[in-house]
Amino acid sequence: MSTIVFKNKPRVVGWYSVAGKKESEGPLGNTFSRVVKDEYYGEKTHEAAERKLFVTAIQGVIRDASVTPDAVFAGDLLNQIVSASFAMRDIGLPYVGIYGACSTMALSLIVAASYVDAGLLKTTVAAAGSHFATAERQYRTPLEFGNQRPPSAQWTVTGAGATMLTHNQTSPIVVTSATIGRVIDYGIKDVNNMGAAMAPAAADTLARHFKNTKTKPSDYDAIFTGDLGRIGEEALRDLLKDEGYTLGDNYYDCGKLVYSGKQKVDMGGSGCGCSAITLNGFIFSKLQTGEYKRVLFMATGALLSPTTSYQGETIPSVANAVVFEHQTIKTEGTTK
Amino acid sequence: MNKQEYAEYIKKITPKSKMWGSLARAFLVGGLICLLGEGIGALYKMWLPQYDQTQIGSLVSCTLIFLAAFLTGIGVYDKIGYFAGGGSIVPITGFSNSITSAAMEYRKEGIIFGTCANMFKIAGPVIVVGVAVAMLCGLGYFIVGLFL
Amino acid sequence: MTFLWAFLVGGFVCMLGQLLILKTNWTPARILVSFVVLGAILQVCQVFEPIKQFAGAGITTPITGFGAGLVKGTFEAIDQFGFLGIFAGGLTAMAAGIGVAIVSGLIIGMIFKSRSK
Repeated sequence: MSTIVFKNKPRVVGWYSVAGKKESEGPLGNTFSRVVKDEYYGEKTHEAAERKLFVTAIQGVIRDASVTPDAVFAGDLLNQIVSASFAMRDIGLPYVGIYGACSTMALSLIVAASYVDAGLLKTTVAAAGSHFATAERQYRTPLEFGNQRPPSAQWTVTGAGATMLTHNQTSPIVVTSATIGRVIDYGIKDVNNMGAAMAPAAADTLARHFKNTKTKPSDYDAIFTGDLGRIGEEALRDLLKDEGYTLGDNYYDCGKLVYSGKQKVDMGGSGCGCSAITLNGFIFSKLQTGEYKRVLFMATGALLSPTTSYQGETIPSVANAVVFEHQTIKTEGTTK
Repeated sequence: MNKQEYAEYIKKITPKSKMWGSLARAFLVGGLICLLGEGIGALYKMWLPQYDQTQIGSLVSCTLIFLAAFLTGIGVYDKIGYFAGGGSIVPITGFSNSITSAAMEYRKEGIIFGTCANMFKIAGPVIVVGVAVAMLCGLGYFIVGLFL
Repeated sequence: MTFLWAFLVGGFVCMLGQLLILKTNWTPARILVSFVVLGAILQVCQVFEPIKQFAGAGITTPITGFGAGLVKGTFEAIDQFGFLGIFAGGLTAMAAGIGVAIVSGLIIGMIFKSRSK
């Protein structure tokens, strides 16, 4: 069965998010741990700025929790996941690089939680992030090139988020289950329509998760997808209907939450950072207070590279889902 | 849904650009850039009466190319492009913007391997295809000329 | 009068480019390439010069002018130098534009930093 049930209940004991200027002007502006207005973050290149975002997020979560983790699981969008790896050069902790395109936040959480659950590592950190300018350059055109974005395009989020996981601690947020995604390709080729490419993978993972855990969408206080955007969201709703599940008002897309309609981002936000900064702020604070009792967080990733696009390949995608629950600290005794 | 049905479904739910508005903007901005070219040409003709029509044309192109490069540098041209689309890509200024924007973007990898090696990333095909087509036409013209 | 025609013809050519972008989803590089080829064809068919007579910069400012210039230069060089002209003519005619583009790209690229808006 592809759904993992975490028997030892790893807990979320800390989170940290750092976001850019545009994100800070969006509806989630006051939920971030830190806002960096300078797109270069005091560095010479955008790539170095993205690295620094990672360092800020990972060091932030470690400082706030005052615990040194045993290992960090992190990844980003750039070739050879250089942002995460180079950031870890400065941090100096054991590191596992993870690539799941924009699903990296969920994927790294699953891996980090599994290590803690199995008792192999005591404390782990999962992190992911992205930068608008580095993604534009890698996947699209130079920044100053004057072309129009088609209305189906999305805007890569500048930001990074990190989550610290451990068990045997007093925190109400528990990671209870997770579903690992299958790589799905429905033949979409348009690199400016990622939502359409990723929706089938999202539908597949969600349907399998509901089936394996014998739950339905209304069993969750909220269901979040990473960066499907408006087209992907609509497609996901329709694809899931074919599977017999109806997503209600409790379904949100981080890509739609992170920017307001006035910010000229077309279909919404995207990138590893999109789901990472929404989770490590907005979602976790609501779980902390108990406003949400049970949340399904699923990040989606398009597994393409510029080379495969130029060679005419279609876009394969993946979606990874994690369930968080708010459990009152008294019940912790039952976990041991 | 199979792949084909999905492709049709996606086509249906994907929003389209507002066609008439974007065509009008392209027309307006493209037309204005050409008008600017005509205006600069008229000025040059006044100042430099010794230049012939072809030389004036060259000067106008050079001026527009430099102007677009400068506007790219100060971060204005991509805003014009966002508004005008084809209106600012098709004129010679768009060609210049594609070169300068690449030069700026790749400057961080150094002057030789960054700027110089990547400058023509977008504009390269324009010169290659243009020269190849011109040579092909030239070859035809030459051969025809031999028999006339 | 040429000013009005320059605006109208230039605007029309650019609008065609936008139509191509909307209808075909082509990348800007492809759009530029197709207009260069279009310019070359207009020149070979001897349509370019008559349009230029009344529209002036309206047809020479769009990248079609680059294609036409390459062909015109090639033909003139063939008339003058024969066989060598096939290879030398086009770029010789367009040398000033390419030169300015390279030098201004180089200088601007060294002075300014790219920014996301």
